[in-house]
Amino acid sequence: MIVAGPKFYEAVAEAAAEAYVRALIDVPPDVRAALASACRQETHPIGRRVLELVALNIRAADEHKILVCQDTGTPVYWAFIGSGLAVDGVRLEAAIRQGVEMATRQHSLRSSICHPITRENPQTNTGYRVPVVHFEFVAGTDYLDLVMLPKGSGSENQSFLKMLSPADGVAGVKRFILESVVEAGPKGCPPYIVGVGLGGSADLCMVLAKRALLRPIGSRNADPAVAALEAELLAGINRLGIGPQGLGGAVTALAVHIEHAYTHISQNPVAVNIQCWRGLRAAARVYPDGRWELISGWQPGG
Amino acid sequence: MATWRLTTPLTEADVRQLRAGDLVFLDGRVVGVRDATLIRIFDHGVEPPIDLSGAAVLHTAPNVRREGDRYIPLSVGTTTSARMDRFTRGLLERYGVRAIIGKGGLYLPESLGGLKRFGGCYLAIVGGAAAWQTLHTEAIEAVYWEDLMPEALWVFRVRELGPLFVAIDSHGRSLYAEVGAEARARLGQILGGG
Repeated sequence: MIVAGPKFYEAVAEAAAEAYVRALIDVPPDVRAALASACRQETHPIGRRVLELVALNIRAADEHKILVCQDTGTPVYWAFIGSGLAVDGVRLEAAIRQGVEMATRQHSLRSSICHPITRENPQTNTGYRVPVVHFEFVAGTDYLDLVMLPKGSGSENQSFLKMLSPADGVAGVKRFILESVVEAGPKGCPPYIVGVGLGGSADLCMVLAKRALLRPIGSRNADPAVAALEAELLAGINRLGIGPQGLGGAVTALAVHIEHAYTHISQNPVAVNIQCWRGLRAAARVYPDGRWELISGWQPGG
Repeated sequence: MATWRLTTPLTEADVRQLRAGDLVFLDGRVVGVRDATLIRIFDHGVEPPIDLSGAAVLHTAPNVRREGDRYIPLSVGTTTSARMDRFTRGLLERYGVRAIIGKGGLYLPESLGGLKRFGGCYLAIVGGAAAWQTLHTEAIEAVYWEDLMPEALWVFRVRELGPLFVAIDSHGRSLYAEVGAEARARLGQILGGG
């Protein structure tokens, strides 16, 4: 077990800041490939035109180093802590918060976070319990992987949870997911990455739907039954005709990612968390001695 | 599917010639509003600080950098219009707005009826394409209600902003309504095993 040194927490703040900014300006390679493929497949004239503009937009963000989308999102982090790394969790969480505030100040990011009743905006992209930080633990490594998801509100507002009954079965699960995509329609910036949580408790189910968005497009759930459901749902969603930006077309979703957990004998929970076409995420690895680097093509367990 | 190049302020004739599915490129001024701005106008009864007749309003809250008494646009994008749906009729009827630029569409019968009755249109921008939109935003000409930052009332000068898709026209046609109805019909077929 290696104890994180004093420089580790400074590095976490820097990595948290850099991952936030990187996620906002740089569309991940798997998402770029999926969008390019979608543009080739799309036959609807408006849908096609939308996807061509998406490609121009990604190029404009690359060339000018500016944000892909104006929404700086809700800063959500997943901290994957290696079993060989001993960290002070309180300092770790504080360092991530500090990173969000640094990035906001240094890059003049719009502050998108406010009090839920007074709507007071601290202008820092942080507040009570924000950034959202999830912790997971990884056997056999001695570093921290910090994955950043600046979750845009257009898609986050398209979040759905249903506590189905066991008798509703898989058919009920499919119905709810397809109905959720129809309900989201054009509002969350399709083509979507559809994050699905299946099983668990109500809280875990929703977290799993968000967790599913960390996976690169093209990845499959390790459980073959769940992977088959991902493929079936993607085919179904792309028969709905909602299309890019919901103006009609063949490509409504780029991917369906399902993360599952065992559930109660009397429950059948399903949650949907929609991700917009930009599929933003970035990852950084921080070592106990304070070295850190951005990781391109990060995947869970990879 | 015609392509139009329009300059603000827009006239009723400008808007009436547009048909759902057409493309528009816009020059002139675009007024940025969203949740907090419209809540202040319509729920708190505060008159807008500028004349909105003939205006194109944009559902936005940009990323900006302050330099002296000016704001430099860093990222000007577009937010989901559905949250602002209930303010649409007032913008059209009371203030003479001619175009709503947004993403995700408007749905309330009074919004769609207002566009038809008063001669307005809903222009869909590609949501998420803020980098492109920013390169077509020449300057921030004025800012009002800075206490609402970033949800202030913004006046942007734009050049060839587009393509904007005429998604709801002033003749009662909405692409969102058509695509949504078709999706619900296909959903029934998919669930029915068709």
